[in-house]
Amino acid sequence: MRFLGMNRSDWLLFIGFAVVTLAGPIIFSPIGAGYPDLLQKFAIYGIFALGFNILFGLTGYLSFGHAAFLGVGSYTAVWTFKLLTMNPIPAIIFATIVGGLFSAVIGFISLRRTGIYFSILTLAFAQMCYNLAYSVLTPITNGETGLQLTQGDPRVLDVAFGRDYGAVLPSSDLFGIDMTGYPGFYFCGVMLIICFFITLRIFRSPFGMMLRAVKSNQNRMNYTGLNTRPYALTAFIISGMFAGLAGGLLAVTDPLAGAERMQWTASGEVVLMTILGGAGTLLGPVIGAGVIKYFENIFSAFNETILMQAYSALPEGLQHFMVTLSSLFVGEGWHLTLGALFMLIVIFLPGGLMEGLRRLRNLFTKSSGGQGPGNSAETAHSATPA
Amino acid sequence: MDAILLQILNGLDKGGAYALIALGLTIIFGTLGVVNFAHGALFMLGAFCAVSIKAVLGLQKVTLSETETTAWGTPLEITQPYVEVWFGDLGATILDYSVPVSILIAIPVMLLIGIIMERGLIRYFYKRPHAEQILVTFGLAIVLQEIIKSIFGANPIPQPAPDSMKGMIDFGVAIGFDAGNVVYPVWRLVYFLFSLFVIGLVFAFIQFTTFGMVVRAGMADRETVGLLGIDIDRRFTIVFGIAAIVAGLAGVMYTPILSPDYHMGMDFLVLSFVVVVVGGMGSLGGAVLAGFMLGILQSFASMNEVKDILPGIDQIIIYLIAVAVLLLRPRGLMGRKGVMEG
Repeated sequence: MRFLGMNRSDWLLFIGFAVVTLAGPIIFSPIGAGYPDLLQKFAIYGIFALGFNILFGLTGYLSFGHAAFLGVGSYTAVWTFKLLTMNPIPAIIFATIVGGLFSAVIGFISLRRTGIYFSILTLAFAQMCYNLAYSVLTPITNGETGLQLTQGDPRVLDVAFGRDYGAVLPSSDLFGIDMTGYPGFYFCGVMLIICFFITLRIFRSPFGMMLRAVKSNQNRMNYTGLNTRPYALTAFIISGMFAGLAGGLLAVTDPLAGAERMQWTASGEVVLMTILGGAGTLLGPVIGAGVIKYFENIFSAFNETILMQAYSALPEGLQHFMVTLSSLFVGEGWHLTLGALFMLIVIFLPGGLMEGLRRLRNLFTKSSGGQGPGNSAETAHSATPA
Repeated sequence: MDAILLQILNGLDKGGAYALIALGLTIIFGTLGVVNFAHGALFMLGAFCAVSIKAVLGLQKVTLSETETTAWGTPLEITQPYVEVWFGDLGATILDYSVPVSILIAIPVMLLIGIIMERGLIRYFYKRPHAEQILVTFGLAIVLQEIIKSIFGANPIPQPAPDSMKGMIDFGVAIGFDAGNVVYPVWRLVYFLFSLFVIGLVFAFIQFTTFGMVVRAGMADRETVGLLGIDIDRRFTIVFGIAAIVAGLAGVMYTPILSPDYHMGMDFLVLSFVVVVVGGMGSLGGAVLAGFMLGILQSFASMNEVKDILPGIDQIIIYLIAVAVLLLRPRGLMGRKGVMEG
């Protein structure tokens, strides 16, 4: 099998990515993130952000409704668990397909408009999904309680193959391997690697080039007699499928789906992940997702006792002052940090962390023009977001 | 007939809030060219102005009674708000009318907040793409919302309307219906009239003053106005302040209708954006019209008769209309030709 358009550095990047992902439990343990629950989140939100980046990073269409696809994916996966089998593979396949279908419908309508109108249309659709999930669709979504597994679920395929979970609530398992803990992480991690490979291929393909052209000047594309909408729609559907898959994986690791996953603040979070890492770059969104989930985990765990210890070296008055000040930003106030971080990144580093890394590298090597062909195309686009 | 009238009335106060927020959004977009996702946060800040002023007015002076004692034998503590101690009956009235009184204080506060926001952040984003404007103001909205949450807590804080405006008004009798069919809370009527008043003020200001003329000229062609030697930046700063005041006042007066909590701004922001888009980006009249229209439509959609036919329609009607308008008439109901027709 030959993969056109991928040169040796792309393969190295891919292999490096796969190794880091699979060795995650070892690599991330020094910073206190080497346990499966958090690593799963890295991988799942990494997939979500990768997909979002295919749309936003390449075509420049800013969607504010991607959380809807994540939520739909979760619901689909939980329903698959309830009706068919606890095996995660059918669940994520269905989640991806349904996420794709939803995004095809929403994308078909929303992509008739560009710019801020596109953002508002996607936002409107996502809010519709969210509101309906809470009200009329309660028989399907179970409203505020969230969709859960019950002991009375039919699970047709499991019954047909004679699997009996007894009187306890089952958790998803891949042919007998329980999808909690490290096996769960490796399942998500392999999915992340596959998704990264797909993204890499898209970035290096003529199709990816076309998407970049849509971003830089859509009018000119239209004048040359080329209909850009099918390309944008394809990108939208692919990113919707990624989001559906991520939602499905969330359900695999914890078989529960709630409507709050579809709220527009959740859509804002994936935008933030992508921007933080660097929109339009390959690695950026995954790094952004990891950084945000990592700090969310660390910061929300802080409370006053821990803060008191952290500032124990200071004089007492100052200590109390610092504790009060910092407790604004941690624990319950984690969202404040997130918002402030969001602003700082957009103001000072619109290209995200990848842009920052590139600047640092340029600072040290002092060679501004000596970059590889693939790399320069990537950074040129990240420096000028639409 | 009376049911229809009642639904129209029910939609008016919400429509008024939408119209006021959308008006500010449109002014900012039309003059500065900035998509302000933090506008809902300004609405919320206005509401919390009312909350804090109520709290300040309600500060109590504690005196120990010399004659009475409690059941435990200690002197009875008599609490009395300072305003009543100082101003007597007038003080009691001020306390009762704390929400309308807050307007006086909210105006300078919101103006200040608006100017700080524009000078400190927004002005650096005039030349940046819309996507980045959306993102940075979205971040700002989160920050403001979380600061309010850390100060006032996460629970809604109810604000009473003044006693004389707490009741219901039998609206139907006035226009010949039977008594008791069209009853309507007085405060909602007050809110509607107030929103009309503010909208009228804004329009008069923009239409009939020299300052307003410059602003209109700036909306049409910013560069030429600058070339004529007018310091357009400073005017635009004030315009942003005015938009902040309008949103803030909408929030102050809305507190008796909806107990303010920290995320009320976000809830209204999304809807107000939809209102702006339906009305037409950059059209002030369109924003007001669409605000009231969507408010009324939403209240119609929440009638039981409608919900029986189309379940869930009350939740999504505004978004459905937005989708329809964007697809059929991209520049909105009253949008000018060529302004942001994407």
